[in-house]
Amino acid sequence: MEVDRGAMECAVDAQSLISMSLMKIHSSRTQRGGIKLHKNLLVSYVLRNARQLYIKEKYAEIYRMQQYEEVMAVCSGIQELDPLEPLEPQGAEDAEPEQPVRAAGCGEESRAAGGREPEPPYYRSCCMEDQFSQNCNKTTVLDLDTHVVTTVENGFLHQDCCCAAAAAAPQCAPGAAARKRKVDSAGCSPDAEEPSDYTAGRKRLKREECSGADCSPDASNISNLISIFGSGFSGLLSRQADLEQVCSKQALASLGAWTRAIVAF
Amino acid sequence: MAGPGGGSSDVQWCFSQVKGAMDDDVAEADIISTVEFNHTGELLATGDKGGRVVIFQQEPESKNQPQCRGEYNVYSTFQSHEPEFDYLKSLEIEEKINKIRWLPQKNAAQFLLSTNDKTIKLWKISERDKRPEGYNLKEEDGRYRDPNSVTTLRVPVLRPMDLMVEASPRRVFANAHTYHINSISVNSDHETYLSADDLRINLWHLEITDRSFNIVDIKPANMEELTEVITAAEFHPDQCNTFVYSSSKGTIRLCDMRASALCDQHAKMFEEPEDPNNRSFFSEIISSISDVKFSHSGRYMMTRDYLSVKIWDLNMETRPVETYQVHEYLRSKLCSLYENDCIFDKFECCWNGNDSVVMTGSYNNFFRMFDRDYRQDVTFEASRENSKPRSVLKPRKISTGGKRKKDEISVDSLDFNKKILHTAWHPLDNIIAVATTNNLYIFQDKLN
Repeated sequence: MEVDRGAMECAVDAQSLISMSLMKIHSSRTQRGGIKLHKNLLVSYVLRNARQLYIKEKYAEIYRMQQYEEVMAVCSGIQELDPLEPLEPQGAEDAEPEQPVRAAGCGEESRAAGGREPEPPYYRSCCMEDQFSQNCNKTTVLDLDTHVVTTVENGFLHQDCCCAAAAAAPQCAPGAAARKRKVDSAGCSPDAEEPSDYTAGRKRLKREECSGADCSPDASNISNLISIFGSGFSGLLSRQADLEQVCSKQALASLGAWTRAIVAF
Repeated sequence: MAGPGGGSSDVQWCFSQVKGAMDDDVAEADIISTVEFNHTGELLATGDKGGRVVIFQQEPESKNQPQCRGEYNVYSTFQSHEPEFDYLKSLEIEEKINKIRWLPQKNAAQFLLSTNDKTIKLWKISERDKRPEGYNLKEEDGRYRDPNSVTTLRVPVLRPMDLMVEASPRRVFANAHTYHINSISVNSDHETYLSADDLRINLWHLEITDRSFNIVDIKPANMEELTEVITAAEFHPDQCNTFVYSSSKGTIRLCDMRASALCDQHAKMFEEPEDPNNRSFFSEIISSISDVKFSHSGRYMMTRDYLSVKIWDLNMETRPVETYQVHEYLRSKLCSLYENDCIFDKFECCWNGNDSVVMTGSYNNFFRMFDRDYRQDVTFEASRENSKPRSVLKPRKISTGGKRKKDEISVDSLDFNKKILHTAWHPLDNIIAVATTNNLYIFQDKLN
């Protein structure tokens, strides 16, 4: 999507637009009269546009900065896992876009979203706990809308590589995960979980973040983003973001800065 | 100074009246949310955020001053909707009046439909200027007489009294909308009307409140696939089988109710391809249509999106026949307008009586008129400074370039809190009603 940035009067960057949009969505929950569907739909379009641009710019920047060998080092590492198909740009994003995106985690559900055996195993392997376990970070996340606790594998990366993109505007649908369990009343009382009590929710979010030995703060922060937004967020992902699969590790590190900013609200 | 109006370019618009409190502190309940003339123009109704309806009536022209049209004075005020609470969803239902539509007059009483987010009500406004006197069983003060003391019978007579205007709810059309109602429209058959929310349009009979027909449903099976919502809907002025609805994606669909019971398949779809040069983060927002109005002739319809007004010929679906820029200078300010939520403002638009001029509102209490015949446009301001009786409105100019001429207003000094979202044009005469935040301005053309 080409953006006429010259026409932007203020110094708009995708980052601030994303935070602004998320705040609007969040505050709309407490507005009198209920959630305004029309306004939230429009905000989600801005969010999608900003995110598309941000990711494009980010990855372009990463490519420029990196040495070619560094890229190859990552790719050869991938190849070790499965010598079949390196750097196949099609991958998981090949799934028909019209298929409804279920808030799918991995396992059986991801197969429905785009499960085909010939997929490059890199995309599959991140979902299989046993293969990538030393790199997978488990993050437990509480969805502020549905009070569903989800355990997300490897945070952001997990969502993107397994869910087919669909032109979906998000609603406050339950968060995506590999495993879900309803929060029981002993654990936390849903009544106290007022959407307006954002601070409390955020605190609970942070408290439940567990990690493996090396819990990447970036992955957990990005999964916070998902939990705030709901599973429809995965549908916003551009299907052109194939290249990011390859450099996702490096990308995650650099994305950490802005995701932390959002969590700081 | 000349301005567009009524087919001639010599119309001069003058201030006539302003209604509402003139202090700076605006109570939220007083914010005007809808304005509508009735079919003769004699009555002017406003709805506000507090759920009240105020109806103004035009005084008959006085013989002393034949040059002046009658003034509009308060005729009736009533509380149409109250705030409610949906216990099932834990949601408050706002009492704000979203739309008022008058029914064509059939007898002495007047009828209007008013709606908030969830419930539509049919109100009967009737006059009482006589009262019966001489009851047999009651005293004049209302106390009942002892029946044993009644020795004669008489027929009560009607005696004149001070005019009393009563508003009573005759029908309540409830529980038919899951999403927020944005439009109501009375059919030309005068028996049915439609109500539209974000995802569905229902057809009602004015006499039947316990059920309605769903005629449009764009709710996807999976809400994650939602890409557009309904933003406005209106019946054709003459063809009782035809209606249109606009969407947040900038499309208008025309449906024929004869084709099938559920009008999900449109008969015509009006859409203009997007100009790729204007693509921005906010393209989807500014292309969302906020209002759609048929011309009185029924040949054209007008749509309002954030920056422009478009006139469509119903026979041509590919592009509008006319496009008028309302405030193109805002295109470079979309980011700030997104930040302060102004980009979500829903401006309405209206036709004059003979469809030669269209009008819509803008910011800084400006409103714009576009003369279709003479290809002229003019900007006026509704402000207290211009509120001297019969003072002629001076056209305003906004300076977009670097050099600001005298009397021009720079874009940066526009007050975005002062917005004119609702305007109405008298169906037969050059009288307009323009609603600022909490005031109603009435302007008329100067009679010579």
